[in-house]
Amino acid sequence: MDETPKTAPPNAVAHAAIEVDHLDFFYGSLQALHDVNLRIPAHKVTALIGPSGCGKTTLLRCFNRMNDLVSIARIGRGQVRIHGTDIYGSKVDPIELRKRVGMVFQKSNPFPKSIYENVIYGLRIQGRINRSELDEIVERSLRQAALWDEVKDRLHESGLELSGGQQQRLCIARAIAVEPEIILMDEPCSALDPIATSKVEELIFELKKLYTIVIVTHNMQQAGRCSDLTAFFYLGRLVEMDRTEKIFTNPAEKQTEDYITGRFG
Amino acid sequence: MHTLAHPFQHQRTTNRIFESTVGGAIRLVTYLVLLASACIFLTIGIKGAQAVLAPKWPFVNVAFFTEKPSTLYVFDWHGQKLEMSDEQFRDFKAKNKAEDIPVETYAHSAGGILPCIVGTVLLVLGSMTIALFFGVCSAIYLSEYSRDWWLLRLIRLSIMNLAGVPSIVFGLFGFALFVGYFKWNISLMSGWFTLALMVLPVVITSAEEALKAVPQGFREGSLALGATKWQTIRTNVLPYAIPGILTSSILGVARVAGETAPILFTAAYVVLDKYPWQVAKWTDFFFQPVQALPYHIYVVSSKIPQNAYTERMQYGTAFVFLALVIMISLGSVLLRIRLRNKLKW
Repeated sequence: MDETPKTAPPNAVAHAAIEVDHLDFFYGSLQALHDVNLRIPAHKVTALIGPSGCGKTTLLRCFNRMNDLVSIARIGRGQVRIHGTDIYGSKVDPIELRKRVGMVFQKSNPFPKSIYENVIYGLRIQGRINRSELDEIVERSLRQAALWDEVKDRLHESGLELSGGQQQRLCIARAIAVEPEIILMDEPCSALDPIATSKVEELIFELKKLYTIVIVTHNMQQAGRCSDLTAFFYLGRLVEMDRTEKIFTNPAEKQTEDYITGRFG
Repeated sequence: MHTLAHPFQHQRTTNRIFESTVGGAIRLVTYLVLLASACIFLTIGIKGAQAVLAPKWPFVNVAFFTEKPSTLYVFDWHGQKLEMSDEQFRDFKAKNKAEDIPVETYAHSAGGILPCIVGTVLLVLGSMTIALFFGVCSAIYLSEYSRDWWLLRLIRLSIMNLAGVPSIVFGLFGFALFVGYFKWNISLMSGWFTLALMVLPVVITSAEEALKAVPQGFREGSLALGATKWQTIRTNVLPYAIPGILTSSILGVARVAGETAPILFTAAYVVLDKYPWQVAKWTDFFFQPVQALPYHIYVVSSKIPQNAYTERMQYGTAFVFLALVIMISLGSVLLRIRLRNKLKW
């Protein structure tokens, strides 16, 4: 792996949505990430792959400070910058950060509210109540999430009555509604059947025009199908990051090749 | 050695005999429990029904539900044995101009138990409001905010200890603190706070369980959308925990309604002239003593001379009391079923 320079080159800042420098991350005394350095470009889909326990989800949850909820989690060293700002800096409000860095979870978690209320949840808590504005946002978000046609006649029914794939797209719509810049996806298709998965993948392809997307996946084909860049993690270290077709056809590292070809993990 | 017809044939070995004996014994013990509860319900039911129900329309003894307890007057009148309450007897004497009738009197054996029902309802409402407020706040702190450190363990330990304190000790504590130190006297306020302290552990524990049962995904989903912690709790955790909190709190209601010891020296009077709403100032309402069903049972069963007339009162009160508690429990079951159907994930 190349030694990353101490100061990032100036043009990297302009393109990178997320920059990670020398990140060490701990759960108590267990080190989950070792000296991770990477640049995630804007308006691209970046896939984080690797076997279970390799730290990819941990890294993802560093980007919107969801790890703050885990009391024993702490950053040992390094920086995470989003659009040039150190998000673990002293003046950063994680609430404001999370409004701009949305997240879709592995297990779809629509709230036990109506579809409509699910979509506008993020706006409601910001105190936005203008009905026509909300109606507009609901339609736009659901359209972007490719769910509008399926649910437009039952917006006021419970979000829990939707199928698994629809629920996950509802969660995506909910994340989109607050107009984030970055959307983090933590294995969004792991509980979905192939048809629902392909719908979500199509959606990801559409969404990258508007958002920067980081997706954690166990599914190698998925990473190959829908990402522009792929980062391979192993045992808490970033082994290799490159354009997806390069990783899948001609990886630089032996470990990556072994994993991709299914020799381990 | 027996010859076996097939390898799985049943054999009466010592082990097998022991096994069936144990099984039978356990079954018998369980049936004894059933028998005991049947005995209780039948005794109260049969004896209480005689006081509470009436053979004629409207099939209940209306006076029993609408009047205060009063003294029973029993006397002979032209060869007829008459039973009358205080008031009736005075009217009777005035009407018939009979001043000196030889009469037997029995305390608390006539009239009804309306003030006791009202008092118990007031005690329950007030103390559960207080207990729910403090209990839910503590539970939110314990389950959502606190980290596992020594103070938290101390708090949990004290909640557990609080649950183990005998109710009479709560009564004594309430007497010392609310009645004596705060000078609230024997009053609804003193009773409310004493009873609230007593059920607080139940409310905290059940509220905490209910909060923990709300999937973590709802919290994370909400936080990831930029909600603050309190916004998350208020809009996306607490609403889903309320059914659980309410159903188990209703069981706390049964406990509050049933305990005699905590109100013995903090809230209950043997007899009162006025109903709770007959107060001069509205603030007096909170600082007046009340009558209560369990205390009334205690009074009519041990504080007055026993006879056939008082027995009606005892079992009548117990019957109403039991019916009330059963209704509350039934209510909790129905509420749980209703809310469970409404909220699923």
